Amino acid sequence: MNASAPLAPAILPQDATGSSRIDHLVMLNLVEPGSRVLDVGCGDGSLLALLRDRRGVDGRGIELSREGVNACLAHGLPVIQGDADTDLAAYPDDAFDYVILSQTIQATRQPKEVLEHLLRIGRHAIVSFPNFGHWRVRSELLLRGRMPMTDTLPDPWYATPNIHHCTIRDFVGLCRLVGARIERASALDASGHPMRFALPWWVWNLVGTQGVFLLRRR
Amino acid sequence: MATPLLKPGIDPASQAVEPTSPVARFGADAPLAMDAGVDLAPWQIAYQTAGTLNEARSNAVLVCHALTGDQHVANTHPVTGKGGWWDRLVGPGKPVDTDRYFVICANVVGSCMGTTGPASLDPATGRAYGLDFPLVTIRDMVRGQAMLLDRLGIEDLFLCIGGSMGGMQVLQWAASYPERVFSAMPIATGARHSAQNIAFHEVGRQAILADPNWHGGRYLDVGTRPAKGLGVARMGAHITYLSEPALHRKFGRRLQDRDAPTFSFDADFQIESYLRHQGITFVERFDANAYLYLTRAMDYFDLAADHGGVLANAFRGTRTRFCIMSFTSDWLFPTADSRAIVHALNAAAAPVAFVEVESDKGHDAFLLDEPAMISAAKGFIAAAARERGL
Repeated sequence: MNASAPLAPAILPQDATGSSRIDHLVMLNLVEPGSRVLDVGCGDGSLLALLRDRRGVDGRGIELSREGVNACLAHGLPVIQGDADTDLAAYPDDAFDYVILSQTIQATRQPKEVLEHLLRIGRHAIVSFPNFGHWRVRSELLLRGRMPMTDTLPDPWYATPNIHHCTIRDFVGLCRLVGARIERASALDASGHPMRFALPWWVWNLVGTQGVFLLRRR
Repeated sequence: MATPLLKPGIDPASQAVEPTSPVARFGADAPLAMDAGVDLAPWQIAYQTAGTLNEARSNAVLVCHALTGDQHVANTHPVTGKGGWWDRLVGPGKPVDTDRYFVICANVVGSCMGTTGPASLDPATGRAYGLDFPLVTIRDMVRGQAMLLDRLGIEDLFLCIGGSMGGMQVLQWAASYPERVFSAMPIATGARHSAQNIAFHEVGRQAILADPNWHGGRYLDVGTRPAKGLGVARMGAHITYLSEPALHRKFGRRLQDRDAPTFSFDADFQIESYLRHQGITFVERFDANAYLYLTRAMDYFDLAADHGGVLANAFRGTRTRFCIMSFTSDWLFPTADSRAIVHALNAAAAPVAFVEVESDKGHDAFLLDEPAMISAAKGFIAAAARERGL
């Protein structure tokens, strides 16, 4: 790939005024009002609640932890206790307008298959993940010879749920492999804000702490 | 034989005809159309209510009881004198809050606590129906409950909730009357009865049929009861309601009131004496023929088969909000059964939540003090109430 040419328009949050997480606001702006959304690994449902309240979205969730599921139930969110690696196969094609995988793909056992399911189940897929190509990650490994611990990768190697790390560039490669078209993409900087300039990909890959991608099946 | 746990002055057999609860009676003009092709008339359905129906009639909750349950969900049982079978979940301040909702629980058709069943009097002969009673299905039970709601002037339910066979009724309600069910909570159940479950039921039925006191189902006419057979059926079924870890924790291999085995077939082990006690007390409150009919109703239940083999078709276009719940140690209705329902609801684009509760108490967990179940039910029901404006 041509690493210096932008592949897709960057994503910028248009109403980054609330108290919500910036990455949630970035995703909020990618979702058409009134659409059907499946949030895979939805945690306590805060993104789903935001999408419902601000975009009138008909949202569903899948979450592994009982604590997360209970929090979702209390918010009136239809959330299924389950596992992205095994449960997505049961969803029919084109069931949702968007399927969101927020900070979860690196913890799945089969990221490629999960991504393929996302593109099958949803007209669009939105994926965010910590960028293992970030300069601090690289320097921890290069200079100190240790598995990196950063704000987006806070756990020590023996306790991390993450098993399939990738860089922004790796993810773009996976998108090509599974036939996903990148409609929009963004890298968030160390403070969680989208990088504001049309920077070349190698810069994103070096200074982005996480990547956010809007995908569509080809 | 151990002393039965009976409230003095109440004959359990009388509950079948004149129960200690309100009864809705339907005459020849309002027969119950049963799947077996029989129009049952006259017939009656016994029920209990708690709480107050609001002016908009929008706060009604139907609680569906399990195989050997009854309408006494949150009040003292007239025969055993014990508390309601689900008073952990239903009552003031509980997830099904009787201060906020109007709770109805009816005895199902085919049972023996005041709704017409094999122990009821057949008006054609003047004696108990026995095996002349038509085979009952889960759909018949639900049809009967719907007629009761019509009688009570309740158009739709805020919530339909139940576990095990009660959960089957909840699923059937959602499939038969989607517009009448705002939210549904089937717990520890399945959309069909598995071959293994049918097998266990068959063992129980054969125990009853083999009891010489069963008299071809005519035992009420001759004044006997197939207590041994029904007790054995209950003992077998009770094992399936528990789990190995729970049995081990409660009883292990401990001996009952002795230091060494007696080298006999006495109840040496605690588990034996526990099961015998379960069998005996069950006989005091339940009718053997009703047990045959209700186990058969569960066996026949297969919601997908009723919809061209595709479970999702049972829920096509539904707007009911679902919360499905299973328990990790339930081997009668394992989590996979609940997941099959969840997948079908997803395929039908229904709003569905699913919780698998970590518990070592087996199938019976839904009747016990399981905090994770209580809190999940509370969250789901409270959110549904907000949505309904209650």
